[in-house]
Amino acid sequence: MTVPFRMTGGEVRLDRRPVLRGVDLTVEPGEVLAVMGPNGSGKSTLIRSLLGLIPLSAGRVELYGVPPSRFRDWKRVGYVPQRLSVGGGVPATVREVVSSGRIARQSRFRPFSAADRRAVDRALEAVGMVHRARDSAQELSGGQQQRVLIARALAGEPDVFVMDEPTAGVDAASQETLARTLRDQVAEGRTVVLVAHELGPMEPLITRSVVLENGLITHEGAPPRPRGECARPGHDHVHPHAPAEEPHLLS
Amino acid sequence: MIELLSYDFLRRALIAAVLVGVAAPAVGTFIVQRRLALLGDGIGHIALTGVGLGLLTRSSPTILALVVSALGAVAIELLRVRTRTGGDVALALLFYGGLAGGVLFANLSGGSANLGSYLFGSISSVGTGDLYIVAGLAVAVIAILALFGRELFVLCQDEEVARASGLPVRFLSLLIAITAALTVVVAMRAVGLLLVSALMVVPVAAAQQLTRGFRATIGLAVIVGVVSSVGGLWVSVDADFAPGPTIVLLAMAVFLAAVGTGRLVRMRRTDVT
Repeated sequence: MTVPFRMTGGEVRLDRRPVLRGVDLTVEPGEVLAVMGPNGSGKSTLIRSLLGLIPLSAGRVELYGVPPSRFRDWKRVGYVPQRLSVGGGVPATVREVVSSGRIARQSRFRPFSAADRRAVDRALEAVGMVHRARDSAQELSGGQQQRVLIARALAGEPDVFVMDEPTAGVDAASQETLARTLRDQVAEGRTVVLVAHELGPMEPLITRSVVLENGLITHEGAPPRPRGECARPGHDHVHPHAPAEEPHLLS
Repeated sequence: MIELLSYDFLRRALIAAVLVGVAAPAVGTFIVQRRLALLGDGIGHIALTGVGLGLLTRSSPTILALVVSALGAVAIELLRVRTRTGGDVALALLFYGGLAGGVLFANLSGGSANLGSYLFGSISSVGTGDLYIVAGLAVAVIAILALFGRELFVLCQDEEVARASGLPVRFLSLLIAITAALTVVVAMRAVGLLLVSALMVVPVAAAQQLTRGFRATIGLAVIVGVVSSVGGLWVSVDADFAPGPTIVLLAMAVFLAAVGTGRLVRMRRTDVT
């Protein structure tokens, strides 16, 4: 039986600097895996290399048993990038962005079908953005933009979600919406891999977590509970001891 | 205007103006979305070498401009992917090389007087043969956008998401670069190579002051493009101005009006809520 993701001895170098230094990770179907760790520990690099977006310098990775370069069944994968990438230089409506999540299920010559439209409606409803469907995605708040990116992945009806910091800079209401959406997806048997600094309302959903430090997995099991000062609600979790160089490349 | 249409050269100019007005902003919307607004400018510089070669070898400057700018577009795209830092210097080398090569070849050919019409446009001297080429290219550009629009939208929004959706990212990147090169050649006779990019960018900039969606931006940008190119042609014939700069300045005027209107609309919207 093939698992969604299997990485063995995964190493990644960016600008000759090692970012992942030998990661073994298998993600089973139906798991909700949280990838945690300080800024610059390689979390984002790890999940992007699981998808083949960043090439490995050593080791191997398989998506449903196939290396990413030969993988063809991309409709099974829903990738939610970090929020900064909403839109480009031209406005796009919420509905346009979410509809583009159907692309892996569409063929070049077929017009947008009723099934496509229904999937987009369901995705908009799940994240509570139906009333903003005709608005420009760029004009939304951070939390609402994050909901749009998640709805884009939902619209593709994938089997596995890969999410890069879906809760970073997101208001409490949007975090609740996100947790509720994920719970429904998990109940339907979907697999989730997400990078998070703080789990917030998603915590009860997480079935396993790995903690990355310096490009290595240093903890695996139940998510580490915040203790002491870190457990205080609204605590802004920072790691002054983490390597600060070029965090934008890694986090 | 109606009686002017009895002149063959003006009929051809009008058709060329409509084709440019449609094709340039349509491609421009994707390019602006990809944050490559100056791509058309770069290709325009490179195309000049093609024009110079055409003049030198006494063959069609339009066809050679097409070949050289398509090669240039591929080179720019490869440089963009290969070099994460210093890519802008490599691009600058390509642009200035293209410009200098064009001027040098044109001088060698002894026809450098002709160069001005390619640099700044001379829509009223478009011949029948050139018009066929321009029309064919414009149709090709619009067909490419119609066929690959959905994929290009995803690509221009986020390349990683495009890759994680299984799209052929390298092919699509080359496709949009080559489509931009075709558009440069379409627009070359109307506004000239130095102003080509203006017709790809300014109507889009004007349209997005007033729109909230991507489709709406393409539609409005095309309307702005056609109004500017046909209007600019008409004003230039009437007042005996140079058509290229007139078309571009008219598009700029539409942009300023759109900025003002957009502010008013948004102010009223916030008043209501």
